[in-house]
Amino acid sequence: MTLRILAAVMAASVALPLASARATDLEVTHWWTSGGEAAAVAELAKAFDATGNKWIDGAIAGSGGTARPIMVSRITGGDPMGATQFNHGRQAEELVQAGLMRDLSDVAEKEKWKDIIRPASLLDSCTIDGKIYCAPVNIHSWQWLWLSADAFKKAGVGMPKNWNEFVAAAPALEKAGIVPLALGGQAWQSAGLFDVLLISLGGKDLYEKVYAQKDADAISGPEMAAVFKAADDARRMSKGTNVQDWNQATNMVITGKAGGQVMGDWAQGEFALAGKKAGTDYACLPGLGVNEYITTGGDAFYFPLLKDEAKSKAQAALASTLLNPATQVAFNLKKGSLPVRGDVDLAAANDCMKKGLDILAKGNVLKSTDELMSADIQKQKEDLFAEFFSSSMSAADAQKRFAKIIASAD
Amino acid sequence: MANPGSLAITVAGADAVRDELSGPRGRRPQRSFSGRNIMIYGTLLIAALYYLLPLYVMVVTSLKGMPEIRLGNIFSPPVEITFEPWAKAWASACTGLNCDGLSRGFWNSVRITIPSTVISIAIASINGYALANWRFKGSEVFFTILIVGAFIPYQVMIYPIVIVLREMGIYGTLTGLVIVHTIFGMPILTLLFRNYFVSLPEELFKAARIDGAGFWTIYLKIMLPMSLPIFVVAMILQITGIWNDFLFGVVFTRPEYYPMTVQLNNIVNSVQGVKEYNVNMAATILTGAVPLFVYFVSGRLFVRGIAAGAVKG
Amino acid sequence: MTGQTIARRPNQLFRNLNAKIASIPMILTAVVIFLGGTLWTVVYSFTNSKLLPRLSFVGFDQYERLWAATRWTVSITNLAIYGVLTLIFSLVIGFVLAALMDQKIRFENTFRTIFLYPFALSFIVTGLVWQWVLNPEFGIQSVVRSLGWTSFTFDPLYNADIVIYGILIAGLWQGTGLVMCLMLAGLRGIDGEIWKAARVDGIPTWKTYLFIVIPMMRAVFVTTLVIIASGIVRVYDLVVAQTSGGPGIASEVPAKYVYDYMFQAQNLGQGFAASTMMLVTVAIIIVPWAYLEFGGKKRG
Repeated sequence: MTLRILAAVMAASVALPLASARATDLEVTHWWTSGGEAAAVAELAKAFDATGNKWIDGAIAGSGGTARPIMVSRITGGDPMGATQFNHGRQAEELVQAGLMRDLSDVAEKEKWKDIIRPASLLDSCTIDGKIYCAPVNIHSWQWLWLSADAFKKAGVGMPKNWNEFVAAAPALEKAGIVPLALGGQAWQSAGLFDVLLISLGGKDLYEKVYAQKDADAISGPEMAAVFKAADDARRMSKGTNVQDWNQATNMVITGKAGGQVMGDWAQGEFALAGKKAGTDYACLPGLGVNEYITTGGDAFYFPLLKDEAKSKAQAALASTLLNPATQVAFNLKKGSLPVRGDVDLAAANDCMKKGLDILAKGNVLKSTDELMSADIQKQKEDLFAEFFSSSMSAADAQKRFAKIIASAD
Repeated sequence: MANPGSLAITVAGADAVRDELSGPRGRRPQRSFSGRNIMIYGTLLIAALYYLLPLYVMVVTSLKGMPEIRLGNIFSPPVEITFEPWAKAWASACTGLNCDGLSRGFWNSVRITIPSTVISIAIASINGYALANWRFKGSEVFFTILIVGAFIPYQVMIYPIVIVLREMGIYGTLTGLVIVHTIFGMPILTLLFRNYFVSLPEELFKAARIDGAGFWTIYLKIMLPMSLPIFVVAMILQITGIWNDFLFGVVFTRPEYYPMTVQLNNIVNSVQGVKEYNVNMAATILTGAVPLFVYFVSGRLFVRGIAAGAVKG
Repeated sequence: MTGQTIARRPNQLFRNLNAKIASIPMILTAVVIFLGGTLWTVVYSFTNSKLLPRLSFVGFDQYERLWAATRWTVSITNLAIYGVLTLIFSLVIGFVLAALMDQKIRFENTFRTIFLYPFALSFIVTGLVWQWVLNPEFGIQSVVRSLGWTSFTFDPLYNADIVIYGILIAGLWQGTGLVMCLMLAGLRGIDGEIWKAARVDGIPTWKTYLFIVIPMMRAVFVTTLVIIASGIVRVYDLVVAQTSGGPGIASEVPAKYVYDYMFQAQNLGQGFAASTMMLVTVAIIIVPWAYLEFGGKKRG
């Protein structure tokens, strides 16, 4: 009897307005919740709503690390959303292999994605067994050094033009009570900083030897040792940062409390929000002013396989909206990222963004670590560099442990 | 802050006055400035300071404007009191495109907490009753597994539970979440109820059995009316635990059912330029308001209930 | 006890059946979720499951990798330090406060509410508030410095050597109130005659507490230990909210390792291996005790 009551109570608790859902509502999950990011998402939603469908926003705050498990649980738990953000690369590989994701090849064919998406490697990252499973929306590059004009003026040294000058200026900055290099406490920032040093100081070949070919000799070699030596410099320069979030670290550069920060192009949104002008208030050096290469990581939308016919149609509409030229421009200007198609006009872009576009046009692009490495290896790298940048581990030890991690990659 | 030092103080203080100490049931002390009282109240006041400091910081910060916060000192009272952070936290703080603050999550939390609390307590009290008065072969083994289950990290169970709920076809529904809360509340609650029912006089149970009363009759007519205090304890523990839950709320539901804690996390972690500490603190207090209220109202019953449930085993 | 004797008589089978039916939710939870889920986890810890569980066995590979990982050893060490200190301090502080509260003091309700209210707040909230109070630029350190002691340093959350104590401060703040309540309830349950007898015999108060009262409160200590210890093993939210495991990996804990590797690193096998190690640790400590406490003949 009691069990029946329990069942009734449970049933009552579910009898909630599920029925109100319309056929063309599409729930989209993502982790874009900072000021600039939210504004960029609004552009996507506006464009999608204009197609007669409705964007139901499912933002989950706290970065991809918090959001991805939730998204994956929803998809594997049999309650998938309409579409979801991932970083393009290998994050969704297994979901695709398990047959949980929708094949977008028909949309891609119709819209000629193969011709318009640039660089072509982006679409390769979405392709598994010849079928296309995601729609890339932007390119984010990591390889930027942001410098505060105020800080260098205060320290009485000229603005550095590259990493080596920056390292040389560090003692003067310190004397003026300024932290030379702002580095937030979260692990991904430490790993990111190292990868930037690797590409910018070690060069394209070394980067590819390490992450693409996993060449054991190169990883243990003297060139790599020089990169670890640079990481050691960076560690010394970042003492005293004492913040966690990347944008708090960026804020130190904005306010002149720190000399510079190595951070992706998304940092630009923070400078813009604070009303700072590129060139006068701050400088940006792609490739740390040494090797001007950028990686083409970024965001892409994946579409879980749904049974509902109308929703599937809405998914196709969303996929094509995401790559629409007008949407690409509006979205990427707000996001501070680069568009994935080369045929759109970004006249409104600022100096730093234009530098990025130039590099992209020159074809000086490399695959991002998200595309080359599994999440597992990425996480182990994060652990290693989080430890390295906050302890007194020697550069040689770090190199040995790094070699071990890469050797275990699949 | 309390530390081993305070133990020494206490022992010394209690020792010095052992002559007039008539045990815990003694008279109310008459002289207010005896050495003993200074020791006791001094220690308690210092401890109280440690416990109150964060609440004070939260309230004060939530009433300041951002410029004032940037000036530093978190302990100074606000120069200019503003309720804007509160309004923003409740109604207009943004997560992605949804700018309706915590308000939406509040009702979700209510809809999750009430059925979860009721069902988990109903089941756990019946379990405790069966374990205390109607032991059957193997019942203690199941109970031992249950207690050991209290030590399993929640993260470990997420995957198996996702699979079980998926197979039952209730993943992502409120029913699923209610079941999850019932499962994880069961070990501690069952322990409490079992201990409580064991402590009730056996004669009552024996007499009822002789009168021919059965399992459910004894539970409903005799046990239930006598167990108000322990039900209060269970209720407080569950309301607090479920209201404060973040992990299950986010993993086992869909966005339209997200509880308030998930929205709190979203607001706090949605870094928009500078961190708005005042809004964060206001949001924090608002989210904690319901369990805090429950504690303030029923604190006395809580201690009495615990005395009844935990003491005798 | 007689109750059970009656219940075990063969002609009472029908009513025993009722008790069994009533226990179905408990049995299902114990067997399907706790036991089944645990076994499932253990089995899959021997596979190389990545994002999705897959039955391709790799022997002890995951365990070898686990114990070779610095982060795991740091996590285990942290949990040991945090666990031992939390147990000691919660019990000592909780008991001392309870003993003081039991002196028939004025404002007992007020004090009790003050000590207990943090328990109503979640670990996420606790972590955020203490992060704020311990922040060297705004919190205690800056206030003390502004009072004139300019070399004062108190930045536990930014110092890898002491960060775990910063988390301990917050954890104790949240949890000791409940321990105090449990202890107070226990003290109230002690017969007043005991105190009189002890006084007549001239036993000092502290000795009475230590050698007479505390042993009598065995049941309270058991319940308290279950509550504190289960909280220690699971400590996760607090660390995430307060330090995210930092600086570096200095405040990592096992539960966070499990979660991060299962979901962020998309390496279920590694996460399951870590959780199996946690379970083994728990089992070594808990199972013998739980069996003695609950599994054997029950004392009335």
